[in-house]
Amino acid sequence: MRITQGTFSFLPDFTEDEIKAQIQYALNQGWALSIEYTDDPHPRNTYWEMWGNPMFDIKDTAGIMFEVTACRQAHSDLYIKINAFDSTLGFETQRLSFIVNRPREEPGFGLMRQEAQGRNIRYTVRSYATDKPSGSRY
Amino acid sequence: MNISYALFFVAFSHTLLNENTMNAPLPIADRYKSGVMPYAKMGYWDENYTPKDTDILAVFRITPQDGVDAIEAAAAVAGESSTATWTVVWTDRLTACDNYRAKAYRVDPVPGAPGQYFAYIAYDLALFEEGSIANLTASIIGNVFGFKPIRALRLEDMRIPVAYLKTFQGPPTGIVVERERLDKFGRPLLGATTKPKLGLSGKNYGRVVYEALKGGLDFVKDDENINSQPFMHWRDRFLFVMEAVNKACAETGEVKGHYLNVTAGTMEDMYERAEFARDLGSNIIMIDLVIGYTAIQSMAKWSRKNDMILHLHRAGHSTYTRQKNHGVSFRVISKWMRMAGVDHIHAGTVVGKLEGDPAVIAGIYDTLRETHTPQNLSHGLFFDQDWAGLRKVMPVASGGIHAGQMHQLIHYLGEDVVLQFGGGTIGHPMGVQAGATANRVALEAMIQARNEGKDIWNEGPDILDKAAKWCTPLKAALDTWKDISFNYASTDTVDYVATPTAS
Repeated sequence: MRITQGTFSFLPDFTEDEIKAQIQYALNQGWALSIEYTDDPHPRNTYWEMWGNPMFDIKDTAGIMFEVTACRQAHSDLYIKINAFDSTLGFETQRLSFIVNRPREEPGFGLMRQEAQGRNIRYTVRSYATDKPSGSRY
Repeated sequence: MNISYALFFVAFSHTLLNENTMNAPLPIADRYKSGVMPYAKMGYWDENYTPKDTDILAVFRITPQDGVDAIEAAAAVAGESSTATWTVVWTDRLTACDNYRAKAYRVDPVPGAPGQYFAYIAYDLALFEEGSIANLTASIIGNVFGFKPIRALRLEDMRIPVAYLKTFQGPPTGIVVERERLDKFGRPLLGATTKPKLGLSGKNYGRVVYEALKGGLDFVKDDENINSQPFMHWRDRFLFVMEAVNKACAETGEVKGHYLNVTAGTMEDMYERAEFARDLGSNIIMIDLVIGYTAIQSMAKWSRKNDMILHLHRAGHSTYTRQKNHGVSFRVISKWMRMAGVDHIHAGTVVGKLEGDPAVIAGIYDTLRETHTPQNLSHGLFFDQDWAGLRKVMPVASGGIHAGQMHQLIHYLGEDVVLQFGGGTIGHPMGVQAGATANRVALEAMIQARNEGKDIWNEGPDILDKAAKWCTPLKAALDTWKDISFNYASTDTVDYVATPTAS
């Protein structure tokens, strides 16, 4: 399966130039970019690992791309996303977030159902990837 | 009195029409003589009044009856929406009545609309109970709209002072936190209303929800009149829908939701339904505007306490928002709803099947989404409004929109909006899932192009055609609906002159 988190997951994977164009857009808005990666893309796994701090002081696309490439080389078989943070009043949150790297195989998720009282069912979404210990999941 | 009050009112105004002193305050002994006198003379008109920062301000569009002076009509509206009654009462003198009288302080003819006037009225903060839309509206729109000397009356806009805003909770979640909970950034959210809106069984209803969410939508929605009918009781709907939501979540790896409509006949029933939705793990519930302002505020507090996103369907609003000479503008309803505390509100599409002039819609969207809205007469915003940190409401665009309009929707409505394609998803020739995929691909392709600096207003159709080359569902959607548009003149438009010297 292909997880569809992020702003552009329904489009074909972005080329290098397409990634650069989105980075340039975020920089033009005055946003700070950051890179995160994970081996557990559970929809409620809020905290992926940070590839360094948000790059508040890198204002050129090439500088950001250098870090994207380095992260991809180090974690070629993990999920990697680029985030853009907006610190202006009224936002102070992410404004853009898109996946730029995926594992070759995306095992996806299982839905566990626990029958409860009446007809109630308690649902749990489970990442198949987490069957294996961290570090050997893909 | 032997003559009718309305006649007296007209006659009295007439006799004074050409006198410079007609609206001047009276000496105090004369002011409290028993009988009837013009509202302007009673102290409800003060052209020298400077509104205080803590005053609540309102601007009404007044259409006086023939022969009724505009200033007297404005004073009458100020009087009847604050302390006045039709005759002098000596008991005024037991109070600090000057303080409690609303004051009409400015009357302008409406540009291009003979016989209509914009009247500005200031209300002292002490007239209103903290944190109560019911109390605010009972004054401002409580009595005056049926007042005989006025042929028609419309509340155009209000300025709510920071001091009053801070007594309201506001949206339980707000745009920023909603996006963080859903983990969705950088694009409008996508939704659809389940169709047919009436008649489906719970199981069949959940099928539509699952297909739409798996196909790429973020939300599906109950319609305003889906509550608990013989064909589908509410518990059945909630259970099947949550199966669909959770299954779609596992299939896509995304957070998904369905607005479970908890509207019911009593507050007790609504709380019961909301609690069931919460216990099943729903992240969002829904209410209809027709439940009333107090019920909305109660559900807002419940939602804040239970980490629930609160969606408001504006069922019924067009009965009083659409005709611009009488009623309450949707700008004002939007302000009240941001104060009452909803996270989503249907606010117009511009391009769809329902009423929506672009300038009016822009004013409404700004009211919902900005931290501060400056005066902008061309958008119908008569006052500067500081929102005092109240969270932002996500506007929802719904009603006769489809993938082929994606560039127009983003152009008019921006990014913080839920685009709801009901028929445009479920009516897709290849099925519900394909309909959802078509909308999601069209949206992401358009956002990508916009961010790359493309001129989506002009290149939009080409951008969609390009994406349709690799996305068959999008191609089918464009082929089916590309020529569908709803081009009718808007009834609710803004009346203003761009510069004082024009025309």
